[in-house]
This record gives sequence, C-alpha cells and structure tokens, in this order.
Amino acid sequence: MVADVLVIGAGVVGCATARRFALAGARVILLEKGADILSGASKANSAILHTGFDAPPDSLELACMQAGYAEYLDIRERFNLPVVETGAMVVAWTPEEQASLPAIADQAVKNGVRDIRRIGPADIRAREPFLAESAREAVLVPREHVIDPWSPFLAYMIQAQALGAEFHFLTQVTGGQFDGETWQVETNRGPFKARSIINCAGIFGDRIEEALLGDTHFSIHPRKGQFVVFDKLAARFLKTIILPVPTERTKGVVLCRTAFGNVLVGPTAEEQEDRLRITTDETALQALIARAVEMVPALQGMGVTATYAGLRPASDKKHYRIRVEKDRHWITLGGIRSTGLTASLGIAAHALELYRTLGHGEDKALQPVADPPVFPVRNLAEDRPRDWSARGNGGIVCHCELVTRREVEEALSGPLPAGDYGGLRRRTRCGMGRCQGFNCQAQVARMSEGRLRIPMTLGEVKP
Amino acid sequence: MTDTIRDVAIIGGGPAGLSAAMALREAGINDIVVIEREREAGGIPRHCGHPPFGIREFRRLYTGLAYARRLVEEARKSGASLLTSHTVTGARMDEDKIVLAVATPDGMTEIAARRVLIATGTRETTRAARLISGERPLGVFNTGALQSYAYLEHRRPFERPVIIGTELVALSAILTCRTLGARPVAMIESGERPTAPLPYFVYPRLIGIPVLTETKLVDIIGRPRVEAVRVKDRQGNERDIACDGVILTGQFTPEAQAARLLGVEIDPATGGPAIDQFGRTSHPAIFAAGNVLHPVETAGWCYREGRSIARFIARDLQSGLPEAKAALPLSAEGALRYVVPQRIVPGEEGIGHLQMRVKAAASGTLSISQAGKVRSSNAISRLPERRLTLSMPDISTEGGAVVVTL
Ligand SMILES: Cc1cc2nc3c(=O)[nH]c(=O)nc-3n(C[C@H](O)[C@H](O)[C@H](O)COP(=O)(O)OP(=O)(O)OC[C@H]3O[C@@H](n4cnc5c(N)ncnc54)[C@H](O)[C@@H]3O)c2cc1C
Ligand SMILES: Cc1cc2nc3c(=O)[nH]c(=O)nc-3n(C[C@H](O)[C@H](O)[C@H](O)COP(=O)(O)OP(=O)(O)OC[C@H]3O[C@@H](n4cnc5c(N)ncnc54)[C@H](O)[C@@H]3O)c2cc1C
Repeated sequence: MVADVLVIGAGVVGCATARRFALAGARVILLEKGADILSGASKANSAILHTGFDAPPDSLELACMQAGYAEYLDIRERFNLPVVETGAMVVAWTPEEQASLPAIADQAVKNGVRDIRRIGPADIRAREPFLAESAREAVLVPREHVIDPWSPFLAYMIQAQALGAEFHFLTQVTGGQFDGETWQVETNRGPFKARSIINCAGIFGDRIEEALLGDTHFSIHPRKGQFVVFDKLAARFLKTIILPVPTERTKGVVLCRTAFGNVLVGPTAEEQEDRLRITTDETALQALIARAVEMVPALQGMGVTATYAGLRPASDKKHYRIRVEKDRHWITLGGIRSTGLTASLGIAAHALELYRTLGHGEDKALQPVADPPVFPVRNLAEDRPRDWSARGNGGIVCHCELVTRREVEEALSGPLPAGDYGGLRRRTRCGMGRCQGFNCQAQVARMSEGRLRIPMTLGEVKP
Repeated sequence: MTDTIRDVAIIGGGPAGLSAAMALREAGINDIVVIEREREAGGIPRHCGHPPFGIREFRRLYTGLAYARRLVEEARKSGASLLTSHTVTGARMDEDKIVLAVATPDGMTEIAARRVLIATGTRETTRAARLISGERPLGVFNTGALQSYAYLEHRRPFERPVIIGTELVALSAILTCRTLGARPVAMIESGERPTAPLPYFVYPRLIGIPVLTETKLVDIIGRPRVEAVRVKDRQGNERDIACDGVILTGQFTPEAQAARLLGVEIDPATGGPAIDQFGRTSHPAIFAAGNVLHPVETAGWCYREGRSIARFIARDLQSGLPEAKAALPLSAEGALRYVVPQRIVPGEEGIGHLQMRVKAAASGTLSISQAGKVRSSNAISRLPERRLTLSMPDISTEGGAVVVTL
C-alpha cells in the first residue's frame, strides 16, 4: 500500500502523531527501529505534565504544551489514564534564587498560567512539612501534575491501530527517494511507500533529514539525564513536585512523586556525543541522592528502587525544530528536548495543520473518522484500583508492584503486545519494584517465551 | 470472612514460617494458617537446587528443592492450613485481633487472627540499590532470579556471566550456572579477601574461574544483552571482561514489606522488624522469625528459630508471656552492624542468645554493658557475614539500656 503518511519513530511524538493522523482519516505507517514503542528519549523522563508556566512566551513550544495538556485532560478518562494532581513549587533556596522568583511568576502569568501564587516559608512548610528549612520562598503552580509516562502512548497507538495504522518494529529507516509524488523509504526490512513523511526520530532527527533529504536544518546534541527512584516509603515525605529555579541550560534537578507511588530525583544534564550508549554513573547518582536529601532530609538512608537515564533530543537551538518541505511532502518534528511528554498531543495536532499545507493537491484531502473507537488501558497508577484486587486475575506474579498474571498475559498478547522486556515492564510494571525481578523475572521470561521480539532467554534447558 | 478468628496467621511459607506452623500445632494450638504469596510454599529453598539442606532437621541430606517439598509435606501433615497465591496487602488492628487484607486470584479477602507471625525472609540487594554504573541490558540480576531461571523455569538466561561478590551464595551461583550449562568467567570482589571461608575457593580455582579481589565493577556494556563489564583493580587500572551476564550476589536485605504494612517498628540496622527475646515486635501480638530478622542465616537456623518463636506464641496464647512493656532496649555499637533481639525483658531466657554481625573484619573485646556498667566481656575475632552469637546476658531489671560493643 501507499500510505498517506509515514511516521518515523515511535517516541511520544511519533505515537501521538500516528494517532492524530489516523483520527484524521489518513492511512498511517509507523516505522520504529526499537523493539517497542517509547524505546528512545521517551522511555526515561520525569513524567511531569507541565502547564508551560516557564516555557518561552509566545513560542510554538508553549502552544503545543498547553494544547497537549488540555487534550490529555480531556481524553484521559475515556482511556483510563491517570493524573496525579500534585501541583509544583519552584523553590528558592538562596537569596539569588529568591530574587528571580518575581520574574518566574510574571512569566507564568504572561503564559496564561494565572493561578500561580508566591508563598512564604510558613505556607511551604504547611504544604510540605518534610522540606528542608532552608526553603525561603516558592512559586506554587497548582496545575503541574504527574502522569504515567507510558500508558497514554500505548492507548493512542492501540486506537491508531484500530483505525488501520500499521506499525513495524525493529525497522530502521536508512534512506529514501521522492519521485515528486511518492516517497519510497528504505529500511533493513525492505521498502515502504508513502505520499508524505513525518520525521519523529528524536535523537536521530537530523540524521534522518540527511539520509532522506540530503541536508539537515539542525544538529542534535544529546543531553543525558539520570534519575534515582526511591522506595515507595519515601512517598509519605512529599506530595508536591519540587522544582528548582531553572538556569539557562536546564530545568534543573526535580524531586517528585511518580504515578506509581515512588519518589524520584533527577535529571542531571550532561552533554554527550554518543547517541546510543546511555549509562548511569554511580557518582552522578550519589550526587542526586545527596541533592534529594538536602531538599528533604528525611530521605537520608532511603532505599533506592531504580536508577535510569535518558537522552534528551536537544539541538543547537532551544526551540522545537520544525521543518516543512511542501514540495517534498515532508515534516520534521525535531529537537523536542524536554517537554515532549506534555506537548506530544499538541505537536501532533500542529503537525496535522502543517500537513494540510503540503503540496498534495485537493484530491488527497483527508476524511476525519466519525466516532473513533476508544480502548481503555489498564490502570498502573497507585491511587486508582488495579487488577490485583480484582477477581480472576490469575494471581500475583510481581509481588513488589502487585502485577497479576492476567496483566502480564494481556501485555504479551496484545493489542500491540510488548516487544521486549522493557516494553513488558512499562506495560505492566513487573520487575520495576524493590526487588527488581529477584522473584518474578524468571517466571516472566518463561511466560514471554516466543512472544517478544527480543527474547529474554537463550532457550530451554533440560531439567 | 472475619467471623472466624484464627489463632495464628503466619505470613510467609519458608523454613521459618512452616516450622513455626508445625511447632504451634505440636504445642496444641489448633487454628493455624500460613499465607504464602507464591504458587508453592517452601521459601528460598524452593529454588536452591544444591545441597546441603535438612541435615539437622530431618537427618537427611537434601537439595533445597527436596527440602522445601519435605517442609511443605510436614506442615500439611501437622494440620496447619496453607494458603498459596495469597499476598498480604494491608492490615487493621482490632482490640482482640489483627485483620489482614489478603489479595488472592479470586479478589480480596480478610484473615483475622489473634497472633501474627511475620516470616517473610530476605532477598539480595539489586543492581539499582548498589548504584552500579553502566547500561541496562538484559542479563543483570541477583542469584535468586538465577536460581528461578535454573530450577523453576528451566531457562538459560546467559552462557558466560560474571559473578559479583564472594559470599557463600556466590559459590552456589557457580553450581547453578553449571546446571544451566553456563560457565562463569570471573568472580569479582571489591574487598581484600573473599567473604566466604577461604577453603571454599578451591572450587572456583579448580574449575578455572578467576577470583578477582580488590576489584570493582565500574561499567556494564551492551545492548540489548550484556557484552562486557569494565572492572577497576586496586591500582586503578581498568579493563574489560567479555561476558553475557552479571550475577549480583548477596548483600542480603530483609523482605520487610509485610512488617511495614503491619506498622511494626523496623530496626534500621537490620532492615527488619525489631523484636524482644520472644520474637515479639513493637506490637505485642505480632511476632517475627527467620531471615526477615537478620540478613542472613541458613535455612536450618531459620527452621529452628521458627520453632522456638512458635513456642513463645503458643505460651502467649495459653498462659501469657511477660509484659512486653518491661523490655529494655538493646543496641549494637562499634564494629557491630546489628544485634537481634533489639529489646530484652530482664530475667527471661527467651531464644537464649544474641545474634550479631560485624561491619568489617574485626577483633577485640565484645562487651555487654548496662547503664555504662560492663556486665560481661569476651575476646573475639570475626569476619563479615560470619555468625556471631552470645548467650542471653543476665541483665538487671533496675535497668537502663543495654549496649553490646565490639
Ligand atoms: C531526562 C528527561 C526528562 C524529561 N522530563 C520530561 C517531563 O517531565 N515532562 C515532559 O513533558 N517531557 C519531559 N522530557 C521530554 C520528553 O521525554 C522528550 O521531549 C520526548 O521523549 C521526545 O520524544 P521524541 O518522540 O521526539 O523522541 P524519541 O522518544 O527519541 O523518539 C524517537 C524514536 O525514533 C526512533 N528512531 C530513530 N531513528 C530511527 C530510524 N532511523 N528508523 C526508525 N526509527 C528511528 C527511535 O528509536 C525512537 O524511538 C524529558 C526528557 C528527558 C530525557
Ligand atoms: C538467593 C538466596 C540463596 C540462598 N541460599 C541458601 C543456601 O544455599 N543455604 C541456606 O541455608 N540458606 C540460603 N539462603 C538463606 C535463606 O534466606 C534461608 O535458607 C531461608 O530460606 C530463610 O527462611 P525464611 O523462612 O526466613 O524465609 P524465606 O525462605 O525467604 O521464605 C519467606 C517466604 O515468605 C513469602 N512472603 C514474603 N512476603 C510475603 C507476603 N507479603 N505475603 C505472603 N507471603 C510472603 C515468600 O514468598 C517466601 O516464600 C539463601 C537466600 C537467598 C536470598
């Protein structure tokens, strides 16, 4: 088939875009070189649904964040997606930081986030009794929230798939030609044809432009962020997202709840050349823990449940790197550095508007789907009922995160089944808890045998 | 469901929980339920394919697997009821009973009991909690998972892993690898000498597995599977060892979630519930036994401990134990990492001993003092992860806190 749109990359941007175009009536093909969705930058973030209070005023980024935020809240109930209404505080710990709070508050108001408030030490303490005494003043942003960073995109992709979108995993785009009408995209799994291309390749967005367009309008400079996830016991010490006063380079180290009931601290901001090797590093992790303890002294000695790192697709400029080639039926949605989780639905809607300006001609106009189907996903968030307390769940497989056999089976059998262990963990949370698979990993490996694109084991051994 | 009040609910069906169930029945306590979250009871031995287990308890040499089966069989025979695939997820304290919220494959249920015994065991420290640097490929996990791959699921996760650590459990990992047809390429120890007794290390050397001491794992390399680890020696030299897996052994830590749900006091030094010499936690109707108390002892030890604490539970139900409130605090200082029990009711024998571990190799005088006055002292020398016990000291009711120092 010749698709209307070929999306490269199943990160948050690609997944949201595939859904948006499927809803708009386009025939969509999505190619992803990883084994599952969200295997690039999108698998490791802070999971904050931002209001855009600190985004550059009047920017496309701000518009996409706010549109993405609004759409998420609008559709989330139907998809059974959580939102943890934590609110955030930008906390000033030094006089210098305090001096920049008025500007932060002004910018928030300018960005349309009018419900912010400046609060003093007493109010800070009343809200967060465990926060270090040295918190001088804060800007409270009530509508900054925490979400499950994975399930929404699974839900969007399942919907897109039901509307006929086709996904190909372990499929790496290597080149392509445009004949004035149609693109032929080359991959390790043969060619794919489409009338237009949307480049959502994240860290490889510039490389994809080079390979297919012959030139690129930006260069990616990956910026690594490492995180430490504390034991669920930490959750009683913190409700609100604690944001630092940002610097030019980064939003800084955040301390916040996760939707799954943990507390995380991170990310670091480390430039690196390598686009493939993503590592955690003991010294950096220790520094993050020390920073967390400075903010909340009760975290001293708190158990660590997980550590992880992600690469932000940062570019040579701060803003989103959008490129439209009308004649070549091309859109790049690139350089979505640190707000993509929030903005993805907004970016996708923006991409559809841009698509309408491409030189396809009238006959290619899309027919939006009336009454699209919605498939609620299983809730993974801790504040809402989960399968372990329901009947017929087959028993608990992962004891730390209380993941049931039924949940693991479902994640393995689809729709859109897990492609690798990481994908299975993200769909169910199995192996994500305190014991990190001490108890359940082997069982999950056997259950997943012959069903993952990247098998967990090398095969059976005769007892 | 809550209409029936059981005499004792035991959380965890490992050696400690199952032996306690049997001992309670022997002591004439009728209504015992063991709540086990796995599909089979037996605890850690369920996936230990190696001997020696059961010599003292059953006068036979068993593998862990056979020992676990025997334990379950004996517990069933004793008349205790065993509920598997049952997980304790919450608790409520009533005046005369404790009500446990329990998740089952058929939804939630409640189990009420006059006494609760926490016997939830221990596990190893994860890669994340050790803050190990590197990528996050498949094939990095603890010995417990390795054993499950080998003996429960019969799947080979890798062929040439490195083993991190040199506790006894690391040596058991070599045996487990061999049943999987995998061949460890090195054992890596950050300390100056292996942790387990030296004679054991004849074995890895015999079969050609180098034991690298004073060596630190600094990087894990590979995607989607492990391709190598980078290690750093004492001189600071780094080198890569080609391998396809990393087994993180030992550094045991109590599985204390159930204790936390029950709200009993946790000793930060052990990571498990704090008890008095009867196994009583900070809630006088809740007891604890086995490796949830002390990382880590053998199955045989936990079996005996389960039995002895069960007898105190029986006594508590039948005639009452001494007031829990009379207990004096006991703490470990100096080179000692922890001491169990953490409280002592003066003048009572209880389990009959104090159990300790040292932080690092130490020798000196192990002394017990109360209110600053030394009551006993012994010269000792110990390596880390070696058993260190002392008979129950004779302490005075008058009082004050008791301190053990090395
Ligand atoms: C540390 C950190 C913290 C963050 N915190 C937040 C937050 O709290 N809130 C928020 O809103 N945002 C946050 N973000 C930002 C957000 O995660 C990113 O903006 C977003 O993930 C970028 O998504 P993407 O789809 O553009 O890129 P990616 O997720 O990288 O997706 C690109 C995909 O393209 C695939 N691909 C690449 N090349 C090819 C090829 N040749 N052929 C086929 N497929 C290819 C890749 O495998 C990948 O899956 C954070 C990011 C980081 C790193
Ligand atoms: C990897 C590993 C290898 C070991 N190898 C040896 C060895 O070779 N020889 C040896 O002597 N000792 C070994 N040990 C020590 C081991 O801890 C003891 O042998 C013994 O199993 C301890 O008995 P236990 O009853 O205290 O705990 P466990 O045997 O750990 O049993 C605890 C039980 O409680 C259950 N449980 C936990 N939480 C809940 C809950 N919330 N609800 C319901 N059930 C729950 C668990 O599923 C488990 O079955 C090993 C330990 C580990 C971790």
